[in-house]
Amino acid sequence: MTTNVRTREGGPVKHRSASRRSHGEAPFRIVSTAAGILLLAIMAAIAVFLISEALPALRANEADFFTERTWNPNSERVFGIAALAFGTVFSSALALVIATPIAIGVALFISHYAPRRLAAPLGYLIDLLAAVPSVVYGLWGVAFLVPLLRTPSQWLNEHLGWFPLFAGEGIIGGKTMLAGAIVLAIMILPIIAAISREVFLQAPKMNEEAALALGATRWEMIKMAVLPFGRPGVISAAMLGLGRAMGETIAVALIFPATFDITFEILTPHANSIAANIANGFGEANDIGRGALIASGLVLFVITLLVNMGARMIINRRKEYARAGA
Amino acid sequence: MTTIQHISTSRRIKDRVVQGLVYLAFAAAVVPLVSVLWLVISNGLARFDLEFLTHSMNGIGARDAHGGAYHAIIGTLQQVLLAGVISVPIGLFTAIYLVEYGNNGRLSRAISFFVDVMTGIPSVVAGLFVFAFWILFLGFEYSGWAGALALSILMMPTVVRSAEEMLRLVPNDLREASYALGVAKWRTIVKVVLPTAFTGIVTGIMLAVARVAGETAPLLMTVFFTNSINHDPFSGPQMGLPLFVFDQAARPNDTAVDRAWTGALTLILIVMLLNLVARLIAWWRSPARGR
Repeated sequence: MTTNVRTREGGPVKHRSASRRSHGEAPFRIVSTAAGILLLAIMAAIAVFLISEALPALRANEADFFTERTWNPNSERVFGIAALAFGTVFSSALALVIATPIAIGVALFISHYAPRRLAAPLGYLIDLLAAVPSVVYGLWGVAFLVPLLRTPSQWLNEHLGWFPLFAGEGIIGGKTMLAGAIVLAIMILPIIAAISREVFLQAPKMNEEAALALGATRWEMIKMAVLPFGRPGVISAAMLGLGRAMGETIAVALIFPATFDITFEILTPHANSIAANIANGFGEANDIGRGALIASGLVLFVITLLVNMGARMIINRRKEYARAGA
Repeated sequence: MTTIQHISTSRRIKDRVVQGLVYLAFAAAVVPLVSVLWLVISNGLARFDLEFLTHSMNGIGARDAHGGAYHAIIGTLQQVLLAGVISVPIGLFTAIYLVEYGNNGRLSRAISFFVDVMTGIPSVVAGLFVFAFWILFLGFEYSGWAGALALSILMMPTVVRSAEEMLRLVPNDLREASYALGVAKWRTIVKVVLPTAFTGIVTGIMLAVARVAGETAPLLMTVFFTNSINHDPFSGPQMGLPLFVFDQAARPNDTAVDRAWTGALTLILIVMLLNLVARLIAWWRSPARGR
């Protein structure tokens, strides 16, 4: 604030009022900056405290944490992440395979097929899927989806049992990997659909119109002008969905039967994940058991962090590209 | 002059097939939503009575049909409110920093990146962190407050993102006009920028609240568990509505499963209500209205 500013009467602006106004400037800036730094500190603290509280249990472990399959930290001090990590990755990958094509279809429907007037409300309908709490999906999965899948599962096992995913003997159907993966797919569908929809809507109108003007059908236009433009966005959306599926806890805790083996059979009741094991095991865990669960949580944290950072990097690179092109 | 060639049959069929698949995909996404809502409403209404809303599970035997979720509803409302009290100021100030003070410098880019990463933190990890830090390291007991801490970690990035978006929508002309009048930057932010973005920010906060209100996993290891009423979120285990559903759903008798469905119905009603209020606020002040 300089003094050669004059008031209407011609006198110099009073210094006192100016300095009083800018009085709060420094504190306000400091509080804002501190809030931002606090957020970074929380991220760092999550890593630090998970590590420090997991270390005692990891030291007491009598097996190799990364290769051991069983989880008996409470009585025998033998536990390992192998089967759980496999279950987490496998169930999330299955969910992604189920959800991605449907999500792309939904996104295309809202961006290019639905009547203009209906597009926004229909998009909101899909967003509602994300508003249903995960414990409700778990309840729905156990009470409705699991019984529903029993007969189709037995049919698949009988007729397509040669295919590794559908193989297996003994009990077929029930609380299986398939049921959990379907519920996970429903839960990650809205996020993949929402991001894909945004990207498809950004596709250059000129290219679309040019394709149509050259006589392309709607599908050919989408194939030539929309999908190539949207590919990075869809990939990062799928990765965000993957991260979401890996961290999803309560729904799969209710559905997965909490076994500790590594199998690709999705129709037999053998399934578990890191998050489900934490939710199911926390109540009855002793000190070592809780440390072990924290250690498994740390592994989950690192896996999801890597997946999310990868997805964000793709999105951010895209943002710059889109801005440069605008 | 030759006539324009017709589109060949194979191309037309392909176009139709894809259109059918796209419509089918949308239907496939809506079916589970309808199925979930239908089952929750039809199964939940059986026990959705005054007793459910006003009684706790204290003294209810394993096979008894009575009891309710009053303790859980109270717990959820308190925990979510506290989570909002913690995360809204931090989130809002972070957004202000990013938009008004960051200047896209190294710190602001780092914060922005980690806010995105924070969005992806699994809720169970947030719960484990608060358990490791607040309960194991600092030695406090399980409480509603600990649950609120975990929920606030999940809320913060959502609040930052939505507030940031809204602040960026405020036209620079307004800021410049205010500076030209000699108003200090912080007064401009408080008196001009924030009021302009106010409804958008409130909408974002409501959506963030709705998101964490349904979280179960972080409550398991922070709020723990109780069957009786605890009005004090700062001491002793509490209950939460999602936790109530999880607990009752895992019990083997029908009376408990009935209570789980009614709990789910109550939870969905609360979450949908918050969503609706958020949308209404957004619609009420949206510039497109009345056009």
